[in-house]
This record gives sequence, structure tokens and C-alpha cells, in this order.
Amino acid sequence: MDVAWFLVLSAFIFCIGAAGVLTRRNPLVVLLCLELMLNAGNLALVAFARMYGQSAGQVFALIVMVIAACEVVIGLGIIVAMYRRRLPIDVDRMSELRG
Amino acid sequence: MSPTWGWLILAFPLGGMLIVSLGYRWLPEGAFGWIASAAIGLSFLASVGALADMLGQPDSGRTLVDSAWTYASTGDFRVDVAILIDPLSVFMCLVVSGVSFLIHVYSVAYMGGDRGYARYFAYLNYFVFSMLLLVLAANFIILIVGWAFVGAASYLLISFWYRRTTATAAGIKAFVINVIGDVGLVIATFLLLDKTGALDYAGVFKGAQEAFTRDDGTLVAACLLILVGAFAKSAQLPLHTWLPDAMEGPTPVSALIHAATMVTAGVYLIARMHPLFELAPAAADVSAIIGTATLVFAATVALAVTDLKRVIAYSTISQIGYMVLAVSVAAYGAGLFHLMTHAFFKALLFMGAGSVISAMGGIQSLDRMGGFRRAMPFTFVTFTVGALALSGFPLMSGFFSKDEVLSFTANRGGAFWILAVLGYLGAGLTAFYAFRMVFRVFFREPVPEARELERGQLAHHEPANPATGELEDPDVGFPSPEHHIAEREWPMSTAMAILAVLAVVGGIVAVPAATDWLEKFLEPSFADSRFADVHPSDGGEWIGLGFGGLIGVLGITAAYFVYLRDRPLRLRLRERFDTAHTFLVNKWYFDELYEAVFVRPAAAFGRFGRRVVETDFVQGVITGGTTGVVRAGTAFARAIQTGYLRGYALLLLVGVFGLALYFLIVSS
Amino acid sequence: MWFEDVVFFAAAIGALAGAVGVVVLRNPFYSVLSLVGHLVALAVLFLLLRAQFVAAAQVVVYAGAVMVLYVFVVAYIGGSDEPLRPDESLITSFGPIFALALGVELCFAFLGSGLTAIDGRGAELGPGYGTPGQIGEALLTKFLVPFEAASFLLLIAAVGAVVLARRRRGLAPAGTAERREA
Repeated sequence: MDVAWFLVLSAFIFCIGAAGVLTRRNPLVVLLCLELMLNAGNLALVAFARMYGQSAGQVFALIVMVIAACEVVIGLGIIVAMYRRRLPIDVDRMSELRG
Repeated sequence: MSPTWGWLILAFPLGGMLIVSLGYRWLPEGAFGWIASAAIGLSFLASVGALADMLGQPDSGRTLVDSAWTYASTGDFRVDVAILIDPLSVFMCLVVSGVSFLIHVYSVAYMGGDRGYARYFAYLNYFVFSMLLLVLAANFIILIVGWAFVGAASYLLISFWYRRTTATAAGIKAFVINVIGDVGLVIATFLLLDKTGALDYAGVFKGAQEAFTRDDGTLVAACLLILVGAFAKSAQLPLHTWLPDAMEGPTPVSALIHAATMVTAGVYLIARMHPLFELAPAAADVSAIIGTATLVFAATVALAVTDLKRVIAYSTISQIGYMVLAVSVAAYGAGLFHLMTHAFFKALLFMGAGSVISAMGGIQSLDRMGGFRRAMPFTFVTFTVGALALSGFPLMSGFFSKDEVLSFTANRGGAFWILAVLGYLGAGLTAFYAFRMVFRVFFREPVPEARELERGQLAHHEPANPATGELEDPDVGFPSPEHHIAEREWPMSTAMAILAVLAVVGGIVAVPAATDWLEKFLEPSFADSRFADVHPSDGGEWIGLGFGGLIGVLGITAAYFVYLRDRPLRLRLRERFDTAHTFLVNKWYFDELYEAVFVRPAAAFGRFGRRVVETDFVQGVITGGTTGVVRAGTAFARAIQTGYLRGYALLLLVGVFGLALYFLIVSS
Repeated sequence: MWFEDVVFFAAAIGALAGAVGVVVLRNPFYSVLSLVGHLVALAVLFLLLRAQFVAAAQVVVYAGAVMVLYVFVVAYIGGSDEPLRPDESLITSFGPIFALALGVELCFAFLGSGLTAIDGRGAELGPGYGTPGQIGEALLTKFLVPFEAASFLLLIAAVGAVVLARRRRGLAPAGTAERREA
């Protein structure tokens, strides 16, 4: 069992998440795909921790989980706020950043 | 010999100018004229002091160069702010400051009531300062500085009544032609500096002897360029067109600048540069020919023009032709003598003309004048004295000076005889047109203005431009409605009286075979001339004098017949020589020629420049091009800011891809 | 051991299936559930890598708390089955291709000769590796600052979420610009 397989798997999951971010229009699903990418990162971190025999990678992965949680909280808060104001829940419609 | 005199000569006019121009708010109106006149008077006294100082020295010790500070010094080359005090410069200072003083006094009354009174006297003092600087310069740099200042002063004074479009146009014309002369002089200086390595007169003349052979190409070129400068300033062919137009300025300005002093700067220049011209006879010959040609040309035009001041202007051009001829044939003493006498009688003529024009209420046309003899006796007498001197009437100063010039020219022999003959022809024409003026203005039936004046009342007309007739208001920038005649104003009559006396007795300094004070005095300046000992014989001079006097009298008689005796003769002559008359009245069409050859192409080029170069190229291509490029860039940057979330995500992804690719390549 | 390989492949397939499910399924609720499955598979993989505490945290915190939060929101929002408008965007067509390219590149990186530092076997592990004790010790000694910062961040996030989603009086129902950029 090669540590490299875990890394390859992590790469695939990351790319699937990226494809999801690009493809889906529902912001909820976009956030889910974002979670996928974060998890892929976590997997890679833990794999590297295993490779070097240090627990720093695992600690890092825990912190990443905390970050992911925070980000999900805020993201969902935004989506709820959008829903409350009867805005269309569509990523393509959220274009206030247009310059 | 003390150099202080020289600096004082310069300091007084400069101080006068500063006081008048800076203090015009605090000093009372009438004071300016007297302050300015006093400044020039003091300068004249300083010139006399310099003369006295010089006369106390032996001949060899009469040259002094004094420098105030070093203007520039690099390596072993130095240029100082230096003045040269020698007989020639002292002579010029005396003439300039003396005549200027009298004209200042005249102006005190003549310009009374003008809104620009203080400005006038400040300009006038500035002019005298510049002229004296030019004359006292000891090196080319200061000469050019004085030269340029004089040109500027001329411009300022010609367009003194600046709201008159004809005056400003004339000022610009004078200035442009002057600049052409400046360019010639400056390039000549460059050439001389290059070959001789010096800029002060002594250094250049010595260096020229060593660096050039006779008629060396570069030297001839430099001399011709100096001539360009001299001819522009002295209004000789072909750069003469500015002087008649310069009559737009006030009459005292015409008297001072355009008769007595500034226009003689060219003559002074050639005289000062005589070592160079003697080393390049080709240039000197060119100068003599042009001087003669101008002499004849201007005399013919003066026969036909009808504006009183312009007749006198063409007379000036003609007489300066005599002076140029004289200094070109190495008759320096004669030329400078004629310069002095000309200053006297020409200034006098202008002053008289100013008086007459005032009596006419501002009208300058000869066609409308006549019969002022009884109304203005003083002006009549002084004007006639000036005209007699101009004509070379026997025993007047002009008689001696003009004929000395011509006898020297004839004495040179060879082709110079032709020039001498033309000179005598010109003298005949001079006498004719001089008395044309006298007879038309003062004789015959009095015109209405003259009748009014006989009854004691000065005529008054609507203020108008004498050339175009358009009406003017008498506020600042236009002439004042007040008119002053010599009979009523003592400053004017005093100045004119002094000049009249000088015009009569001024010849005494150089009566041939009797007195040669002037020659002797100027000798040290021209000691190095090759022609220093070339004199016509006494007998030759007497013959010349007799001949010249005869021609003068003949000219006056002819004028008498045409203008007084046989009136229909004048009209018959005009009818018979109609084309010639038109040709002369239009000044040989020089103005039209220059307009077509220089002015129109320049204006067209200017229009082209504005349309194509400025608008199309600079604004369109360069400014528009660069802004267009920037706009395109910003438009592109704007296009990326779509606000489209997925687009941004894609960009992120592509960036990550690129980064990973880079690291992959680097680490392999 | 062969046992580990079998478990690895099973968990890997589960993870991939869950990931694909998140992306592909139309109903957001199903996507959430798919992600939960993915997270559990990932926890198994963590176990294989001797990261017991992380695996437990993954299941309890991530799958247990964060995903439940998601479920609440999805229930509130309602989610949509169909996209609001047929998707004409180019990105929808080409996005996956870019992602695939990235994946291929990463594989090159991992499997190719580039990453020679990767040691297949893994290092020798100490006895307490991956245990909660060691993790806790690391958190409180070596990684104290990140630990405290993370907790601070959580606080901010909580406050932020409340601020964002609270009910505000007097706000009119908003109308939006109906433009959509391609």
C-alpha cells in the first residue's frame, strides 16, 4: 500500500470538487463541492503526515476542518439571507462584483 | 584716461529708465520727461568729460578697454563685460547722447497729454542706454547684447500706440527684419570666434590678420553676414522695408531712432570692423555697391510718396546709403562726419514735421498741406534750414559732409567713379525732394488748418489713424488728442533751434583744406587702416565741393519750378510718367514682393503646421494614440470584471494549473 | 497486507462515488447525503493512515455537525430540482475538462519521476502516533497559536452568521438586476 495512492486519490477528489464548483449553479451545491476540495486537501495532509511520521499533518488537518466549518457557517448564512430577501438562489445571478 | 567716464555714460540712462519705470506710481506726471531728459543730459556731460579726458592724452594713449566683470571663462578663453573707450566710441557717444538729449527735451512738450507718458520716457531712456552700450562695447558679446536691446527698444517704441493695428504690424515687421540681421551678426561672430579664438575686438582683429589671407572665403562670409546685420539695422536694400512703416511711431521716436541714432548703428558696425573689411575687399565692395544702390533707390521713392514722414524716412535710407558707401570705401572720417551732420539735420526735419503734423491735427499727407509759412514761422525757418543742409546747399554742414564722402569715393578710382557719379545723381534728387517738402508744406495757398492757425487756433480733427483713416478714441494706447506745435512750446522750439544752429555750423569740424579736427580726432581708431593716408587732393576736394553745391542748387531750382512756378508742370509730368510714378509710389513693389515670397509661404506653412502637424499628428496620433492604447487596455481589464462567480473560479483553477505546471517543470 | 489494500480500494471507490454524486445529483438534498457518504469513506481512509483521532473528528464533527447544518439549511431553502434556466454557459461544458486536465497534471506530479521524495512505504511510526494524546499534546504545545486562532475564528464565524441571517425590520423585498453574464 503505497502512500502515493492516497495522494492520487486526493488529486481526483480535488478535481471532482473543482469540476463541481465550475458546473453547478446552486450555491448550496457549490459549497458542498468546496467541502470536497477541502477534504481532498485533508487527505493529502494526513498522507504526508504518515509518510514523514510526524503528527503535524494531522493537526493541520484538524485545523482545516475548523476552517471548513467556519466557512460553511458563513456561506450558509449568506444563502439564508439571500433566501430571506427573495433573491434568486443562483450563482450566475450574483454579479454585484461586476466592474 | 579714466574708464569711469564710460561707465557713467552708461549708468545715467539706465538709472533714468529704472527711476521712471519703477517710480511711475509715486512721481508726479510731469516729472518723467524732465527726469529722463536730465539722465540723458548727464550722460552727454559724461561724454564731454570723456572727450576732455581723451584730449588730454597723446594720440597713442587714447584707447582704453575696461572690464567690469568676467561674463564667461572656460579654459584659456575669457569674455568680459567690457567697454572700449577710443575716439570712435566717444564720438558716437557724443552724437547719440547729445541728439538724444535734445529729442528728450522736445518730447517733454510734444508727448504731453499722452496716457503713456511715463512708459514713453522709460522706453526712450532704455533705448539710449542700449545704443550707448552697443557703441561702447569692447567685444562681440556686449555688441550683440546692445544690438538686440536696440532692436527691442525700436519695437517697443514703434508700436507705442499699441491699440493701432498698423502700429503693431509695423513693430512686428521691424522686429522680424531686425532679427534677420541679428542672426547674421551672431553667425558672423561664430565664424570669427572659430577662426580667431577670440571675441574682443583687439583679439579678433589681431587674430584675423594671422588666420586669414586676403579675401579668404570664411572671412568674406563673415563680413557678408556682418553686412546682413548692418543692413537690417540701417535699413539698406534689401532689408529696408521696415523703416517707412516704422513711421507709425511717435515723431520724436522717428527722429531719434530712425534718423539719428539706431539706424546709424550699421554704419558704426562697419566702421568698427574695418580691419576685417579691409582684409576682405570683396565684402567691402559689395557693401559699397549696395549703399549706392540704396541711395539712389530711396531718393527716387522719396520723389513720389505723399506722407510727409515717409518722405523723410526714405531720405534717411538714402543718406545712410551715403554713410555706408563712405565706410565701405575706407573714408571713415567722411562717413562719420556725415553721420553727425545727418543726425543734426534729420532730427531737425523730423521735429519740424512733428510740429506741422500737430498743426494739421494729426494728418500727415502732403496732399492736404500747404501755406503754413505765415502760420508757423519758426517751424518754417528751422525746417528750411534742415532741408538746405540735407540738400547740400553751400556752406551748410550737409554740404561739407556729403561732398567729402563723394570726393573720397571718386578718389579711390576705377569702378568707384561709377558709384561717385550715382552719388551725385542721388544728391540732385535729394535736393529736389527736400524742397518738394518745403514748397508743398509751407508755400502756396494756406489750407484751412493753416488759416485757423493764423487766427490763433489749432485745428482739431476726429482722432483717426493717418494711414487707414479709421477712428480712434484718445485713451491709452492711442495718441492723445492734444497737439503741440513749436511756436507754442518752448521745449520744442529750444531743441529745434539748437539743432538748426548745429545744422548750419556743424560743418566747421571738417572743412577741407582748412580744418580737419574730426579727421585728426578719429585717427587713432583708424590708424591700422590701409587707406589711412589715402586722401583726395585739396584741389580735388574743392572741385568736388563746387560740383556738389551746384547740383544742390540745381535740384532746389528744379523743385521750385515744378512746385511753385509752373503748377501744371507737375501734373503734366505725372501724367507723362504715370507708370514710373506708380512704380515709385508703390516703393518699387518691395513690400508686395516680400509678401509673396516670404510672408505668404510662411503663413501657409503655419497653417499647414497647425492643421496637419498639430491637430492631426500630435493631437490625433500621439495624444489620441496613447490615450487610445490606454483606453483599449482598460477596456480589456474592464471586460474581465464580469462579476460572474464561475468565471472567477475558472480563472483560479487555471492559475493553479499553471503554477503546478511550473513547479513540475522546475523540479524535473 | 492484502486486507489493507482491499479496504483501501473499497474506501476509495466509496469516496469517489460520493464525490461524483455530490457533483452530479440534481437534488441538493441528495448531494448532501452523498457528501456524508464520502466523508465516512474518508474517515476509513484516515484510519488506514493511522490517524485515529482525525478519523473520529471527521465523523463526529464534519459528518455529524457540519452536514447536519447543511441539512437544516437545505430543508429551509427547499432546494430546486431543476435549474432556473437552461444552462447555456460554456463553463458548464468545459469546466470538467479543465478539472480533468488538472487531475492529470497532478497525477503526473505524484506518479512521475518528479516527486522522487515520496517514499512509498512511509516512515517508521512511534507508538503514540495518531492517538488523541499525542494530538492534544501537539495542539497545546507546538501548535498552540493556530489552535487559539482557530477557536477565535470559530467565534467570529458564529457571530458573523447570526449577523448575516438575522431578520431585519423595514426591508422591502429586494428586486435584483435580471442580467446574467455569460
